[in-house]
Amino acid sequence: MSADGLPWGFAYLDEGTKRMIRRALLKALAVPGLQVPFASREMPMPYGWGTGGVQVTASVLTPDDVLKVIDQGADDTTNAVSIRRFFARTAGVATTTRTAEATVIQTRHRIPETPLREGQILVFQVPIPEPLRFLEPRETETRRMHALAEYGLMHVKLYEDIARHGHIATTYAYPVLVEGRYVMDPSPIPKFDNPKLCSEAILLFGAGREARIHALPPHTRVESLAFEDHPFEPARAAGICALCGAADSYLDEVLTDDRGGRIFVCSDTDFCETRRAGGAS
Amino acid sequence: MYVAVKGGEAAIDAAHAWLAEERRGDPAVPAPTVAQLREGMALAVDRVMAEGSLYDPDLAALAILQARGDLVEAIFLLRAFRTTLPRLAASRPVDTGAMRADRRVSAIFKDVPGGQVLGPTFDYTHRLLDFALAAGVDPPPAPGAPADPAPLPRVAEALGAEGLLQPEPPGDATPPDLTREPLELPAPRALRLQVLARGDEGFLLGLAYSTQRGYGRTHAFVGELRTGAVSVEVEIPELGLAIELGEVVLTECETVNQFAGSRTEPPQFTRGYGLSFGRAERRALAMALVDRALRARELGEDLSGAPAGDEEFVLGHCDNVQATGFLEHIKLPHYVDFQAELELVRRLRREAEAARAAGESAGREAAE
Amino acid sequence: MSAALSGGFADPAIEGAHAFRAALEAMARPGTIRRVAGAAPPAPLSPAAGVLLLVLCDGTTPLHLAGAWDDGAVRDWVRFHTGAPPAPAGEAAFALGDWPSLLPLERFRAGTAEYPDRSATLIVEMGRLAPEGARLTGPGIREAAHLSLPEPLGPLRENAARYPLGVDLFLTCGAHLAALPRSTRIG
Repeated sequence: MSADGLPWGFAYLDEGTKRMIRRALLKALAVPGLQVPFASREMPMPYGWGTGGVQVTASVLTPDDVLKVIDQGADDTTNAVSIRRFFARTAGVATTTRTAEATVIQTRHRIPETPLREGQILVFQVPIPEPLRFLEPRETETRRMHALAEYGLMHVKLYEDIARHGHIATTYAYPVLVEGRYVMDPSPIPKFDNPKLCSEAILLFGAGREARIHALPPHTRVESLAFEDHPFEPARAAGICALCGAADSYLDEVLTDDRGGRIFVCSDTDFCETRRAGGAS
Repeated sequence: MYVAVKGGEAAIDAAHAWLAEERRGDPAVPAPTVAQLREGMALAVDRVMAEGSLYDPDLAALAILQARGDLVEAIFLLRAFRTTLPRLAASRPVDTGAMRADRRVSAIFKDVPGGQVLGPTFDYTHRLLDFALAAGVDPPPAPGAPADPAPLPRVAEALGAEGLLQPEPPGDATPPDLTREPLELPAPRALRLQVLARGDEGFLLGLAYSTQRGYGRTHAFVGELRTGAVSVEVEIPELGLAIELGEVVLTECETVNQFAGSRTEPPQFTRGYGLSFGRAERRALAMALVDRALRARELGEDLSGAPAGDEEFVLGHCDNVQATGFLEHIKLPHYVDFQAELELVRRLRREAEAARAAGESAGREAAE
Repeated sequence: MSAALSGGFADPAIEGAHAFRAALEAMARPGTIRRVAGAAPPAPLSPAAGVLLLVLCDGTTPLHLAGAWDDGAVRDWVRFHTGAPPAPAGEAAFALGDWPSLLPLERFRAGTAEYPDRSATLIVEMGRLAPEGARLTGPGIREAAHLSLPEPLGPLRENAARYPLGVDLFLTCGAHLAALPRSTRIG
């Protein structure tokens, strides 16, 4: 029986499914950046809405955990609310919006600004785990490329960007090379967040529809792809947060009227609120 | 001062309450019951069971009611419920040859042993709206069908006996299980058939149709199409016997397709195979055509350029629960990534304008 | 047979969750040692190894019992609590034994170039487990860690050299466990 008294188990998944996912997680940690296939299950939320992250979270969660769920960096976005409620209901875990208080954080599209620490797990929702997918649609081909570490196609693509635009025109889901071996998609985080992929916390990536799990243990060597004459630049809007005054956080642009008025605010709502509570503005 | 938007929780609760109210509709009209849907919307129930991969007419009817008649949503509900069910046993393969068929037709012979049995088909109805139904008139009783029809011999066996049809010997290997192991490509036929069996009917229909219009022509004849009940048995190793759990209604289609032969195979007919829970002729036929198209690789046929013969394309895109989820997820906020794109486009425009201005001023200087 | 029926998790979902979390942290941070609880298996199976079997093994994971661990009481306990089918080394998803009985490592599946994840996980029963000895570097380790690895080290170094192929290890001693993924370089 689950925490909500309904006929499913702790955190919704049955124990056999959790064992299967747990085995995949251990292999993913043992070979950082490798996409490990797993027998993804249909979950009670749609594919594309975080089913991979939800399955990973359900498999790592204990009743002692404190869970935070963010979407676009915010705890109060509707899908984040929905997933947080799902676990509060099926696992009975405590929830928080505070990055520092959370032990497990499920995220879509952001890494929190507050540095993560040992003992925390960050679970990413991943739509397309294959970094080569938009260059080569066939799974049999991309799998072969990873097997041979044949990443020329990716370098050609980035180089063509530079030739055409003067810059690498990838702004999110920016590919990284893990431990010098696997090119990995960090999920659609803005490339501003890429440096945070080398973390004190365990980073787990779940793609439900595509049935793949990948992982980054703490302190894993993660390099954003770049060229010597075009080094990687994490980008953000040039501005400061209108609420807390932060000049180094990732910013959302908010339209304030229909005459072109706009301001910038922190995308990480907890970061912004904590700064304001501390007197910053 | 700007105040960040809040209230996700309250908005979700309100939306759910509103949805429940809309689902109920006009309270002056009696609400449909699960039993009414199960009986009156039987083909919708069958589709939801087939694509939901769960044979339970009452649960499927409940899902349709809960989904307000959106069948893809109902299929999704059933699949999510299926996740929570423990797997207690695997049945023995059902014997569709022993099916108690109430419909069975073949298009390749005028008459076949056991006869052409039309059964309860739409095929020769005139599609005229029946206003008697709106008036609630019950139909007169149908002329009696045999209470317990005898098993019908398979039409394909007649061709097989002459050696004209590629044999499909029974395999001993336990087939892979799509719902327990991740899909691996290239996929053996047993696995492809599993994907197709739960694939979206509309997608399969479109693919099958495309093979009829020249995108991978495998000219299919309907060797046999049959619908009826088969019993489901489970082996109890401790007891050394099999017990019957109950029965399910299935629709099975076997197509017969010409095959010119290859280096290893003589010219002969080959088969496409479709099987579905419930009464589902359109999906069984479509599945058989797509199955045959997907056999191009093993038969050494060139179907390049034909989507129906492209295994990764078909298997990767025929599941409507996956497809609708991913399609609809673009409604979720994407403003973080959009912001990154916005910054890039602004920067590229600034640089392009600067370059053009520099080019113009250089041009003026050169002209002066 | 009654010994085989006892010694499992009293509350599999909750105890399993705690134990897996410890195993996950161990695999993510090679060199760290964690304590686990919930299993009381028959000797020579250690409680920690018993916990790992309960958390990770079932009817879909062929299990190879090596050396003194290929024993009637252990087999009965494993069969009752996990259902893991016994398997020769070359087909095993998991293998359990002390270091000498598990060698040579080449007997175990090391994954394929396309699927490096299809490799065996070895549970190595240790006489002692302490944060000292061989110097470890690699993913999960800030600078370097030290762990009392099973000797000889040669097979471990060769395993690491096959990266991204190779087997992954859990080391167990009493109620404690540590992990050594193939990605860890051994100094």
